[in-house]
Amino acid sequence: MVLQTPEKTGEVYKWEGSVEELKGLVTERAITGETMLLNMGPHHPSTHGVLRLLLELDGEEIVSCLPDVGYLHTGIEKNMEHKTYEKCVTLTDRMDYLAPMSNNLAFCLAVEKLVDLDVPERAQIIRVICMELTRLNSHLVWLGTHALDMGAMSVFLYCFREREIILEMFEMLSGQRMMSSYIRPGGVWRDIPPEFMPALEKFLDYMPGKIDDYEKLLTNNPLWIDRTQGIGIIEPDVAMAWGVSGPSLRGSGVSWDIRKAMPYSGYEQYDFNVPVGEHGDVYDRFYVRILEMRESVKILGQALKRLTPKGPFRSDNRKFVPPPRSELGQSMEAVIHHFKLWTEGFSAPDEEVFVAIESPRGEIGCYLHGAGDNKPRRVHFKTPSFMHIAALPVMSKGHLIADLVGIIGSVDIVLGDCDR
Amino acid sequence: MTIPSALDPAAAVRTALPDVLLDTVEFRGETTLVVARERIVEVATVVRDTPGLVYNFLSDISAVDYWEPYGGWGERPERFAVSYHLLSMLYKRRLRLKVYVPEDNPVVPTIIGIWPAANWLEREIHDLMGIYFDGHPDQRRLMLPDDWQGHPHRRDYPLGYETIMFSFNADEIMKHKPFAKE
Amino acid sequence: MGVISSKLGNLGIVTTTLDEAVNWGRTGAMWPLLFGLACCAIEYMSTQASNYDLARFGMELNRASPRQADLLIVAGRVSRKMAPVIRQLYDQMAAPKWVISMGDCASCSGVYNNYALVQGVDEVIPVDVYVAGCPPRPEQLIHGILTLHEKVRGDHIKEWAS
Repeated sequence: MVLQTPEKTGEVYKWEGSVEELKGLVTERAITGETMLLNMGPHHPSTHGVLRLLLELDGEEIVSCLPDVGYLHTGIEKNMEHKTYEKCVTLTDRMDYLAPMSNNLAFCLAVEKLVDLDVPERAQIIRVICMELTRLNSHLVWLGTHALDMGAMSVFLYCFREREIILEMFEMLSGQRMMSSYIRPGGVWRDIPPEFMPALEKFLDYMPGKIDDYEKLLTNNPLWIDRTQGIGIIEPDVAMAWGVSGPSLRGSGVSWDIRKAMPYSGYEQYDFNVPVGEHGDVYDRFYVRILEMRESVKILGQALKRLTPKGPFRSDNRKFVPPPRSELGQSMEAVIHHFKLWTEGFSAPDEEVFVAIESPRGEIGCYLHGAGDNKPRRVHFKTPSFMHIAALPVMSKGHLIADLVGIIGSVDIVLGDCDR
Repeated sequence: MTIPSALDPAAAVRTALPDVLLDTVEFRGETTLVVARERIVEVATVVRDTPGLVYNFLSDISAVDYWEPYGGWGERPERFAVSYHLLSMLYKRRLRLKVYVPEDNPVVPTIIGIWPAANWLEREIHDLMGIYFDGHPDQRRLMLPDDWQGHPHRRDYPLGYETIMFSFNADEIMKHKPFAKE
Repeated sequence: MGVISSKLGNLGIVTTTLDEAVNWGRTGAMWPLLFGLACCAIEYMSTQASNYDLARFGMELNRASPRQADLLIVAGRVSRKMAPVIRQLYDQMAAPKWVISMGDCASCSGVYNNYALVQGVDEVIPVDVYVAGCPPRPEQLIHGILTLHEKVRGDHIKEWAS
């Protein structure tokens, strides 16, 4: 495939496939052939996508591990530079495809910070509901696939059964099951439909019992404990130095949750605990996520109590948020605003902001640099999976290759999130 | 254990390293310290280790390209900039260190010795933005294939190569599209 | 005979063409390759899971090895780094083999027209059925699979055996 690229700007590195090239990255023993270099992926059933790992093995023991990512590099950040802020939201969905709403929110909060836009309280409650449903949704997929990797098939089927209910609720909200783009700068896309609140209420009654079921299957299961305890330990200070965040960091015993520490979208008004692990192994990361699911149900219950059926669902600053359809027939100004917003979009100052929120996987940060016009100059996402894959070598060192599957599952990576 | 009260990062850096701070910017409550490119390692060490600052967590490193046809760099000194987003878990606040990088010599010292997390973040910028990190142990490309030419996130790199297909030009494109054979 | 005939009765004789018998076998147990790329792979997993239950079409068994698979479902966007890998997987599959391009990204690269993605997986491997949607609902994927079954049922031994 010949590509017409501009003048090459630097030295182009080529890996010709020689082991010599890996000097400094693998041990000397691999160069001499004493240990074995094994390629795992990019097509492998338990790498959660298209992750490639170059493993150096001494027997079955992992001496070093070199992750290779980019098999899903989509150029989303570059694409965003060519779209208006409103249109960018659609692209953010497709990064971390297990938690699309978290990406939406990170980007929208960054835009709102950049243009100084306020969000009405009710919209923030809807956002919190979306975030927690997303968290449950993501954790359910994680639990199902993680257990499937370790050989527990039935958990997968149960988890996906509950996930369908959440996806149905997303469909009520936005008309799409997964890539909803429901959260927009200034609020949410539209008001909640009347059938949403009863559905959520029913789900909240139903879900805790199901989490009990997962726990019955796994938490005290001796096989599960044998496979997970003492595996993939990462010490708290090492984890922080490597940028590990979210449940994976909390599994190591660091009580750091952005929802609690630096609240956004009104999270300070909710009463919830931050579950913390102790040993930093696969089991603790698993258990922290299970407890987090219970906390999410708790937050959802509180949010549902605060949510009123009617009210503002997005800001009424017409410079940034399109007017409601009812106004279009009566007000000339509304028509002008609508036309301007959907053709040109709004302008943002030539400044930079960084916003980080707690996604189901960890800290997802959005660095947004405006350009003084209607398109961003640069968008960069700091994604948790990226940092977690970078830290995989630390966690997997000295373990058996069979345990690597568990370690990969336990840090909950999504390759779309990593490669963007 | 008493926690020392929080310090103003700009003042603290100015005390520790008098001539390193080029500019400070406040925007929407975010502090940016623009520092000299050659001394980013020293500054990073100071903001991590000084009691009262303790920016212990590296959130993100991102690079931005102020290329002329897209707005241009205006008052800014150089074409590229690298921003380090630091987080202090103790004081619950963030700080941005920013270095400007010239077009003809896009090299920044690596901070991998301070935060190992910088390893991949720097490799990503090296790959996609073409800013090199001096002293980085792994100079391979991260995201793109090893034989890729150019750095796609630079603004002078085209977004795509293939014409977008609409109904009016679909037939024309289908004629030339390289469909795979068995 | 004994047990079987007493349970099932007289099975009798069914007359059919060899074409139809072979194609019936092929559509009845078309094993997909356990292979997912991006968002569509999650919807593909949903299709496999409890609510949509792909086992109804004899497809509950995903093979991780391309040597044992009949159907490659390209679920997600194909980057230029991934394209050679997909081609290799396709080449490793034993004939007869089919390809479903699931979702907009695999079919025409969807919302992304940029440097990183192959603009449609059909530039790399031949595709039998395109499924639209971003991502397609499980029902849409099932419809795509049934469309493929229809196509397979129309195959003639003469054509591929020559």
